[in-house]
Amino acid sequence: MYKYNDFDAAFLAERNRQFRAQVERRIAGNLTEDEFKPLRLMNGLYLQLHAYMLRVAIPYGTLSGAQMDQLALLADKWDKGYGHFTTRQNIQYNWPKLTDVPDMLDALADVNLHAIQTSGNTIRNVTADHFAGAAADEIEDPRPVAELIRQWSTDHPEFQFMGRKFKIAVSGAAADRAVLKAHDLAVRIVRDDTGQTGYQILVGGGLGRTPMIGKVLNDFLPKADLLPYIEAVVSVWNQIGRRDNKYKARIKITVHEHGLDDIRSRVEERFAQLKPTFGGFDQDLLMQIEAHFAAPAFRDAPVASFDRAYDSDPLFRSWADTNLTEHRAPGYAIVTVSLKKHGETPGDATSDQMRALAAIARQYGHDELRISHEQNVILPHVHRSDLPAVYAALRAVDLHTANIGLVSDIIACPGMDYCALATARSIPVAQQIATRFDALKLEHDIGHLQIKISGCINACGHHHVGHIGILGLDRAGVENYQITLGGDATWDAAIGERAGPGFAYDEIVPAIERLVRGYLDMRQGPGETFLAAYRRLGLAPFKAYLYPEAQANAA
Amino acid sequence: MARAFTPKVITANALIEGDVIYLAADDSWTRNLCMAELITDEAHAQLRLLDAERRSNEAVGVYLADAVPGGNGPEPTHFREDFRRKGPSNYAHGKQEEANHV
Ligand code: SF4
Repeated sequence: MYKYNDFDAAFLAERNRQFRAQVERRIAGNLTEDEFKPLRLMNGLYLQLHAYMLRVAIPYGTLSGAQMDQLALLADKWDKGYGHFTTRQNIQYNWPKLTDVPDMLDALADVNLHAIQTSGNTIRNVTADHFAGAAADEIEDPRPVAELIRQWSTDHPEFQFMGRKFKIAVSGAAADRAVLKAHDLAVRIVRDDTGQTGYQILVGGGLGRTPMIGKVLNDFLPKADLLPYIEAVVSVWNQIGRRDNKYKARIKITVHEHGLDDIRSRVEERFAQLKPTFGGFDQDLLMQIEAHFAAPAFRDAPVASFDRAYDSDPLFRSWADTNLTEHRAPGYAIVTVSLKKHGETPGDATSDQMRALAAIARQYGHDELRISHEQNVILPHVHRSDLPAVYAALRAVDLHTANIGLVSDIIACPGMDYCALATARSIPVAQQIATRFDALKLEHDIGHLQIKISGCINACGHHHVGHIGILGLDRAGVENYQITLGGDATWDAAIGERAGPGFAYDEIVPAIERLVRGYLDMRQGPGETFLAAYRRLGLAPFKAYLYPEAQANAA
Repeated sequence: MARAFTPKVITANALIEGDVIYLAADDSWTRNLCMAELITDEAHAQLRLLDAERRSNEAVGVYLADAVPGGNGPEPTHFREDFRRKGPSNYAHGKQEEANHV
């Protein structure tokens, strides 16, 4: 895990000192809100519906136990005893007071965390595959590259006031677990025919008002070219991206308007100018960073205790079947801890739960934790023989829900319960869907199904790439929910298709139930997932279940 | 004929706490929508808004929100304002929590 050096620590202390002074000047009346707002946003501080909200970056989703403990401390000391993990691997505190925020930032700095560039028109928190360093299908741990990009982009003078925000994701595995194709820029570690590793660069993906799937800008970038190449991409966009209309300012529109080939040749021209100015320091830095991410010393031990528990305890078995993923080291497993207990708020964890996760990570997980864009927590390195104990410890704090990848493992943005931009609520819709399917005892039968909910067109809840997407809108002063079907957040990324007219707040859960029951009727067997059935059958038969009245009227 | 003016309240978020506040008739800020001044005259609304906006050291993001008279003071017409006056629906936090503590 990356540990700050003296330069990093001094930089952050200075930033926090500046922000403390800015808060003081705002309160004293020496800064207007118009002057203060961009400054607070630079430091992750929003003003939402009911209170300020502090968004803290969890770079590439990686946390140590001590960092998780500190997040719990912030929740207790300055918030209401919980935090909300987001789809961008951030944590949000929903209730801080303006006067407390400088102290919160200092407390974060104590454990090498910050809120810099979690907002504003800058390069945002760099996200990564949440199984990085652990996945069996990984070519290389993507986190050193993510950390390199974090350091390069933090306070980068050319990229502090861009036309819009810029989001980067990194992955080093065969499967895409980081929604690479929904990012402004994505770096994918790949291997060529000769066994050399390099980077595939994608550009122009994004959700929101105009969803677009990212395209391959460079199929194989030599490793040494990474930073100058990314700088060239951001720089080209920063220059030619539109600033006349904020809805057309993201790089996806620039790529769309100019065409991929034009962007590529501009990037190459700019790259040729930039490359000599880097002079190799970036590669030295990357080597230093890589040393921080050395794999833990995996142990070789029998797994009989796992087998015993698996055979004798049906609850443990059910959890193990849904919440474990294959690890690259023999005898190890990746544990996904669900923050989606039926009826609870997706992505929320109490301070007690955070401390328990930290303790479990220290005792059984090489002191590592990850936050996934799916709003769950990962223990990336657990030896199988420890899994019964881990399960028991999770049970003690109500974190043992066995639903990863199932219908109740819903992504939901804060929506109108918190977010000032929202047009409708998302959280209660997620709560009710999860509760309903739990009551029906159908979710294991339904199998893999991703529902993703956003409370407005900005799509923080990734609804476009949900197998079932739900978008909350304000239709003539009432909440209305639009359904999209067939979206996909993996390497086969697809934008969901609009199913038809929206549903009122009290109609949306029954509509989802009809839809899922329709899938159960139509599938070719339990082996055919919702998405596979949708791809085979298309929209029409699903519409018949969603809109039975229309069907009846037409008959 | 000009369109009838929908009554308004002046609302904002408090600078320090960030919570929802409303302007009362006596120029104080109140945390309760039912204590807010319900403004029924358009010209008066604009004047009150200008006054409120000048108090930028107390309030952030001042605006006029539609409201209607109720049995117990002004009430919201839109669900967004209804959430602002109560708090989130997933926890009893915000104003609904404060109300329980009184
Ligand atoms: S999708 Fe909209 S409502 Fe949801 S968090 Fe993003 S901006 Fe807010």
